[in-house]
Amino acid sequence: MSMKVGSRQVDGVTIVDCSGRITLGEGSVILRDTVRDLLSKGNKKIVLNLADVNYIDSSGIGELVSAFTTTKNQGGELKLLNLTKKVNDLLQITKLYTVFDVKDDEAAAVKSFK
Amino acid sequence: MAMTEQRVSYTLDSSLETIDSAEEKATRIATELGFGDDEIMQISMAVREGAVNAVLHGNAYAADKKVTLAFERVGEELVITIRDQGPGMDLSKIPNPLAPENLLKTSGRGIFLMRSFMDVVEIRPSSTGTELKLIKRVHGPTAGGKEASQ
Repeated sequence: MSMKVGSRQVDGVTIVDCSGRITLGEGSVILRDTVRDLLSKGNKKIVLNLADVNYIDSSGIGELVSAFTTTKNQGGELKLLNLTKKVNDLLQITKLYTVFDVKDDEAAAVKSFK
Repeated sequence: MAMTEQRVSYTLDSSLETIDSAEEKATRIATELGFGDDEIMQISMAVREGAVNAVLHGNAYAADKKVTLAFERVGEELVITIRDQGPGMDLSKIPNPLAPENLLKTSGRGIFLMRSFMDVVEIRPSSTGTELKLIKRVHGPTAGGKEASQ
């Protein structure tokens, strides 16, 4: 299953609902384009909802890092929401869990932005 | 192909489709061998990362270069070999992705993930290509359990 994204606004925060696979090729490109598009339109408070992302490879991990740093470099914040066990495990073993702000409750994630 | 045979190999193009295909083959064979769900995911992801290295970094998508993928059951081990026809790689130049200065790099985690998921990872670079060997041992009662219960 390829990746699909949909975005919505909640109290000034953009929630990006992702589903499918974030892997080398289409999945990574869709994520990259989505985040860049949001930033270009001034949406700098971003939550990636990964509840329905069932697979991610090293390229996908790289794309998450890229999204995080690109947003930060533009004065924004990007957080992760609702990680599946597989994605959570991958972020743990790559030590990226300490880098990302990971939330498991959407309302709390929205409130956590300054 | 059924893994009742001891060995099977594929010659694949240097394309993105090869990466997905290699992952699918690994998933199917690991399932046939009775590995548990977590191990199947680990094996298929390691093969995917190995195929990414072969297609992108080894053969650099060259149409005239092939990737060879082989699965072999050797005793209680699944031995997977991935070969490319690229210029070889300098293993000393692979950074540690867990080092603080590398955590925010957007690439360089493939070999680390393979080593995390497989029991043995051997990389043999040469001027005519790189050979990657991945070994997963049958662990515990889950792997092989289907056969044993019949």
